[in-house]
This record gives sequence, C-alpha cells and structure tokens, in this order.
Amino acid sequence: MSTPTVRAVRAPVVVAGASMAGLRAAEQLRAAGWDGPVTLVGAEPHMPYNRPPLSKEVLAGKASFESLAFRPRASVADVTWRLGTRVTAADLDRRTVRLDDGDTLPYAGLVIATGMRPRRLTCPGPLAGRHAVRTLDDARGLRAALTRPGARVVVVGAGFIGCEVAATAVALGAAEVTVVDPLPLPMVGPLGELLAAALRKRHENRGVRFALGTGVTAFEGEDHVTGVVLGDGAVLPADVVVESVGSVANTEWLDGNGLDLADGVRTDAHLRAGGRPEVVAVGDVARFPNARYDGVPRRVEHWSIPTDTARHAARVLTARLTGEQHDPDPFAPLPTFWSDQHDFRLQSFGAPALGKADVRVLDGDPDGDVLAGYHRGGRLVGVVALGGPTAAAAAARHRTALLKQPARTA
Amino acid sequence: MKVVVDMNKCQDHGQCVFAAPDVFSFDDAGRLAYVGDPDDALRDEVEEAADVCPLQAIRIEG
Ligand SMILES: Cc1cc2nc3c(=O)[nH]c(=O)nc-3n(C[C@H](O)[C@H](O)[C@H](O)COP(=O)(O)OP(=O)(O)OC[C@H]3O[C@@H](n4cnc5c(N)ncnc54)[C@H](O)[C@@H]3O)c2cc1C
Ligand code: SF4
Repeated sequence: MSTPTVRAVRAPVVVAGASMAGLRAAEQLRAAGWDGPVTLVGAEPHMPYNRPPLSKEVLAGKASFESLAFRPRASVADVTWRLGTRVTAADLDRRTVRLDDGDTLPYAGLVIATGMRPRRLTCPGPLAGRHAVRTLDDARGLRAALTRPGARVVVVGAGFIGCEVAATAVALGAAEVTVVDPLPLPMVGPLGELLAAALRKRHENRGVRFALGTGVTAFEGEDHVTGVVLGDGAVLPADVVVESVGSVANTEWLDGNGLDLADGVRTDAHLRAGGRPEVVAVGDVARFPNARYDGVPRRVEHWSIPTDTARHAARVLTARLTGEQHDPDPFAPLPTFWSDQHDFRLQSFGAPALGKADVRVLDGDPDGDVLAGYHRGGRLVGVVALGGPTAAAAAARHRTALLKQPARTA
Repeated sequence: MKVVVDMNKCQDHGQCVFAAPDVFSFDDAGRLAYVGDPDDALRDEVEEAADVCPLQAIRIEG
C-alpha cells in the first residue's frame, strides 16, 4: 500500500475570463464530472451577461441592462468568483497565474476565456465622442449619446456590429446615420456580394447612408468630435462616432509561454493550447481547427461558440485531471450566427465564408425574404437567410443536411 | 422538472427546438410550443436548450 499524500487543498481549475465562455466552461466542468475547486477570474466587475442585446434591444431601450445577466446553473453555486480582477501573467511550466491584486494562483487546469476587446482607430483627433461596443458600460455610454436629440452618427466599420448599431441609431431617432467602410459593401466579408448588396439596399431604404470604398483618416474637433475626415477628403459632420472595426484578442497575459498567439490562442483539435493537456482555450479567443471543414485553425466570433467550445474543452480537461480514459472525436461544431437589424434578421448555419465564390439563391429573392446557399467544390457548406421569420425557418431546414455532412467536405 | 419560457423575450430563434426536440417545437403558426413539465430523463437536453437560447428566455425550475 502506498502512503497517502495529504494535500491540504486541491489546486483548482482556474478559468481566466468570467464572461459567457468562462461561465459555460465552469458549468461544463461540473457536467463532465470535475468536482474539485473552480476559480473564475474576471476583469469586469459584473457577473457574466449576454452581449448580443448590447447593440440591439438594450441599446434601443427595449430591454433593461439587468435583463442581460446569465442564470448560472445550480452546479456552479460553489465556484469562487474573483470579479473586477485581472490575470496579468501566467507561468504554464509552473502552473500558476498572477492576478492584478498581487495574488498568485496555482492551478491543476487552466481555461483561457479572456475573449476580445474592440480594435480602436489610431488616426489623429479628439477622443471624446468616440465609442466602441463590447461591454455593458460601453453600451450605457453609447445609449446616452445616441438618445441626445438630433444626434449625427457616424459608424466606422460595416461589419455586423456596425450594421446593428446603425439600425438601432435610426430607431432611436438619430438625425443622420452614416456607415463608413473601405470595402465596397456592408458585411461583404462574411456574406459575399449577393446578400451584402441586398443588405445595403435594405439599410438605405430605412434611412442609413453609406460611405463605402473609403476609410477614415482623421477626426475633427477640439475637445469633442465634430466631424469625420474620409480618405477621399470628404468630411462627415458627427456628434457620435462608433468604431466597429474588428477586435483584438486579450492574450497579453499569456506572453512568454511559447504559445502561438498570432490571432487568439491557437489550439489543437481538442482545444488544448501549446501541447499542454491541462490548458484549454474557449470562446472568441480560441483559434481552433474545425474538423467539419478544412482543418485550418480559425477564431469564430459567434455566440454559439462559447457553449460549443466549453462543452468539448471541459470533457477533455476533466478526463485529463481525473486520469480517466477519454478519446473524443475532434471538435467539429456547426457554426450558427444571427444578427437583427431594423425589422429583419440574418440567420446563418455552417460556414458561408468558405463558399462565397459560389452563392446560389435557394429560395425567395434578394429584394424580399431570401435564402442563399454557399458552396465549395459544388457542395453546400453554409446557408444564410435574410428577411423575416419565414426566411429564418427556411434556413433551419438546411441545418440537418449541413450537420450530416461528413467531416472534411472541402 | 418545470420549464418556463418567457414569451415576451422569445424571438422564435428555434435553437431550443434543435437542442431538445422532445420538449420544444413550433406550432403550425410558427410560434414556440413546449412541454411545461418534461420527464427528468430529459434534463440534459433541456439544460442544453436553455444554454443555447440567444435571448436566455428559458428557465428551469426544480
Ligand atoms: C455588441 C455585440 C453584439 C453581438 N451580437 C451577436 C449576434 O447577434 N450574434 C452572434 O452570434 N454573436 C454576437 N456577438 C458575439 C458574442 O457575443 C461573442 O461571441 C461572445 O460574447 C464571446 O464570449 P467570450 O466569453 O468568448 O468572450 P467575452 O465575452 O469577450 O469575454 C471575455 C471576458 O474576459 C475578460 N478578460 C479579458 N482579459 C482578462 C484578463 N487578463 N483577466 C481576467 N479577465 C479578462 C473580459 O473582461 C471579458 O469579460 C456579439 C458581440 C458583441 C460585443
Ligand atoms: S431558443 Fe429561445 S428565443 Fe428561440 S425559440 Fe427557443 S425560447 Fe424562443
């Protein structure tokens, strides 16, 4: 018989980042059978909350900020929350993380869930009047600015957040709303030309203007923004500027550990980072290969991803920590995405961006409810519906077929 | 187990129907219908449905 080692405290699984992916990871660790301690460290002072309404219902004033809070499962009632606390460094060889309050936490397992922050423009000009939307506090500030009567709004970046904010600003009665983007059409990166052109038309019909094919070179104004200078020399008068120009991964705290942090945390097919079986990455920050497609590691900023990654990563990590034999299939989620703008919704299943070169209208027409199919090598790899509930339901009917596709269709 | 959907929040995303088809469905008018007191054997499915609802409209009691 071996002498039992007495350890006063079992090292916890430390979850860095206490938002959606962090919460789901904690819940899924419990579901996978990890009954040891779990500590969540989160830079924001709030309990985890749902972000999509920040550019939609909550920004529009149709839902309260309080309504955003997630309801954690009962299984995580015993986890330790260290909110308003930032992880500043990690030593993956020693298995410790350092916090900004001076503490060092040893861990048995580490879940990286620190997500993204908005990229900000660096061109010259005043800072006041310029907004980004990622957090509750951002949305509060932007809502206050947008509800000032007669606001002239310039949205920089015609991605999904920019398009949603533009739609909400119109609904709030802004005097002028203009969306600027160097690309020729809104959301053309993920959607391709056919739907991007249809999207532009819908926005214009509802009062949004576009300045496309040009970037921003400077902001005018003394203490507060009064105008936005474009690459072609034009100046758009502005009281409120929203910068929705992409995001940057929060990975600085992982520097110096030999991880590939080129764009988020690169993982293997089981969401493990740096070849370390006790370190996993989940949510927006994870750059993972999807066995359903081509195996190229990509970050996916969709709301469905925190839940999908957390489930897979928690199983893999729990098996490792409990010494249980576990050989799961490689991670192969079906990405799903939606975006609400004005009175219509975009609903996507699969990976349309991979099939942008071969887009076919499967149902309806681009001026009404439309369903587009995205193909690669002749096979359907994604569908996107644009329109009302009927269009979204049509997209959902293709979901089963997309799910059934064998891994590596392309 | 009791399931309650806040129909003021629900926007017919249908994610719950994919996750727990035995509990959630759409009626002929395209509105969400659901079983309010599903069997406890369906707990995993129902918890998953609550997780994937974009509006976080599904509450599980008991
Ligand atoms: C305005 C908005 C609208 C959206 N709308 C949609 C939509 O309609 N449809 C859709 O599919 N998706 C949408 N998304 C995307 C979706 O919300 C994200 O994919 C999801 O929130 C990612 O969750 P996460 O937990 O991975 O990252 P995050 O939510 O970014 O969480 C990371 C957390 O980690 C914290 N953190 C960072 N660094 C540290 C550190 N060093 N130490 C401790 N904590 C740290 C951060 O403060 C943050 O709380 C939207 C996102 C935004 C911002
Ligand atoms: S997932 Fe949520 S919003 Fe969608 S139908 Fe179900 S309850 Fe309604």
